Amino acid sequence: MSGFSFQIDGVEVTAKNGQTIMEAADEAGIYIPRLCDHEGLRHQGGCRVCTVKAGGRSVAACTQPAAPDLVVENETPHINKLRRDLVGMLFNEGNHLCPICEASGNCELQAMAYRLGMTEPTKFPYLEPCRPVDASHPDIALDNNRCISCGRCVRASQDVDGKGVFGYVGRGIHRHIAANGPNLRHTDAEVTDFAISAEVCPVGCIIRKREGFARPIGERDYDDHLIGYDIEKKRDE
Amino acid sequence: MAEPRLIEISPVTRVEGHGKVTIHLDKDGMVDEARLHIVEFRGFERFIHGRLLWEVPVIVQRLCGICPVSHHLAAAKAMDVICGVDQLPPTAEKMRRLMHYGQVMQSHVLHFFHLAAPDLLFGFDAPAERRNIFEVLREKPELGRRAIMMRKFGQDIIEATAGKKIHGTAAIPGGINRNLPIETRDGFLKTVAEMQDWSLDALALARDYTLEHAELVGGFASFPSKYMSLVREGDGALDLYHGNLRMIDAEGGTIFDQLPYDRYHEVLVEDVRSWSYMKFPFIKEIGPDTGWYRVGPLARMNTVSLIDTPLANAAREELMAAHGTVKVHAVLANHWARMIEVLHCVEKITELLHDPDLQGTDLKATGDRREEGIGVIEAPRGNLIHHYKVDENDQVTYCNLIVSTTHNNEGMNRAVKDVAVKHISGQPEITEGMLNHVEVAIRAYDPCLSCATHALGQMPLEVELLDAAGQTLDKRARAT
Repeated sequence: MSGFSFQIDGVEVTAKNGQTIMEAADEAGIYIPRLCDHEGLRHQGGCRVCTVKAGGRSVAACTQPAAPDLVVENETPHINKLRRDLVGMLFNEGNHLCPICEASGNCELQAMAYRLGMTEPTKFPYLEPCRPVDASHPDIALDNNRCISCGRCVRASQDVDGKGVFGYVGRGIHRHIAANGPNLRHTDAEVTDFAISAEVCPVGCIIRKREGFARPIGERDYDDHLIGYDIEKKRDE
Repeated sequence: MAEPRLIEISPVTRVEGHGKVTIHLDKDGMVDEARLHIVEFRGFERFIHGRLLWEVPVIVQRLCGICPVSHHLAAAKAMDVICGVDQLPPTAEKMRRLMHYGQVMQSHVLHFFHLAAPDLLFGFDAPAERRNIFEVLREKPELGRRAIMMRKFGQDIIEATAGKKIHGTAAIPGGINRNLPIETRDGFLKTVAEMQDWSLDALALARDYTLEHAELVGGFASFPSKYMSLVREGDGALDLYHGNLRMIDAEGGTIFDQLPYDRYHEVLVEDVRSWSYMKFPFIKEIGPDTGWYRVGPLARMNTVSLIDTPLANAAREELMAAHGTVKVHAVLANHWARMIEVLHCVEKITELLHDPDLQGTDLKATGDRREEGIGVIEAPRGNLIHHYKVDENDQVTYCNLIVSTTHNNEGMNRAVKDVAVKHISGQPEITEGMLNHVEVAIRAYDPCLSCATHALGQMPLEVELLDAAGQTLDKRARAT
């Protein structure tokens, strides 16, 4: 596969034909923040947290193909402010109570807020939705109050598990993830599904019962490192 | 002849949260009725509904910022039952106990030195600007330093066992999520002996105050009552973490003994009164008028048969002997009892630190799910009951919490009235000392209204003198 080079924040990056900006950046050890994108799942471009400026235009780095001599801005104060506002809106749209959430420390939304310097409540109003918890499945529960509609579970279930346990329902602000049945018990979801695994749901929406706080706070994914550390450390290797 | 009047103290200070006192005076200026009202609404018993059982110990502890460990552990014990676990692995039980002893120690030290000591050292009538921990630090710097370091030690124990000093997450249904690393244990072993020495000094301070002010202590909001606490199965020893219920009357007679705590609802019921958000528990068979009782450090000294650590046991025997009655009823003797428990906690912490089970790796047990679970613990302020029901989806459908301060509701109300009758009846003018006397009586119970305020220095306090028609006759306020 032939390649080419382009720039991210002044750093020369080599890309292969067909790679997105994010894919090339990941290989080069440059982290572009993202929430709806996940390794092994098709790109969606939904959350827009990966917004970068490429050739002067704002684009989603997870879906925008890299191009020869493209000049990409990633870590700029302006772009990170936009990202911080996006993350802030996600917090305020749901009920994200980190102190009592079992995903705390493993949560990508929380970790992204820390990375982006969101150290105080945002300017946006809290919508405080009242969404039901679906705990009907013997091994899995869904707390939609924490869902950020990233759709990772939808793609994981459809594309990897081949099941279609999850899908979207509703329109606009009412659009949300739902189980493909009257409740989770009446789907073919299993706790061993990739869609149910800890790495797919970035927040505390998909809960594997009986885990809770068994993994101590302080020993969790983002307790010692910023989100994106695993990609950025490639530059040091 | 004057009209009947209403005196309102709102909020009550150097206690947790928001409460107020109303004192009704008759036409002769004599106290007709005095009440402690809890005016904040808690709501945890309702909004925990629908949450998954594994979250419960972490959510409900947010009730409190001073003794969250107590709620964390009581909820975890209830969830142990629901998860079918009747016996924790030794490492899990000992880690929880260590956490609890650290909690009781730091909470008692906080109350005695930071909240109550200004009253005891400088007098109830001392100027308000002197009644704070900073004045204690200024006048008795070594005492103040020890207070801070002893509290720090307790909090460090909590952090090592719970993960955080406040609102940790280590107790999980069926066990614990960590053990105690050797290096952490060794760090505590370097200072625990000093903590014991300081605990003995603090105990002497509380004892000497009580004995030197015997007349004050004996007459200040002192009245007989029934007492309840957990006691250890078999020998009835003090056990702050687990045991069976024992209730005694004012003379020490048994009302019930070694009652498994999951049968608490067979003997206790709660009364509701329109003027307070806090319920009034009483003994079902006796009724609300005379079936009330008290809990807490002094109650525990009265109920238990012995303490299983030598220094604290000797101190308890001295406390009981000093009062010359079968049981000790003087509410101010709670401070002496608290310092005995601090010493007991340090002795237990020392014992546990030498136990290799704390480095074990078997942390969690499992069992067959049940629908209902009750967890009871002796919190710093007294007996704490958590009762839950969980449906087939693992979601909470019922929650009832009887916290220590609720058990003591009637006792505190009687204490308020006792002090009001002695210090306010017939007084035409409200004085600062008068206000503080009422508050000292409440404060002696270390009520768990207090976690939120953590008062240091002057507290917001407003007292109004109203006539029978509600017209303000006199008003005084303390600035925050």
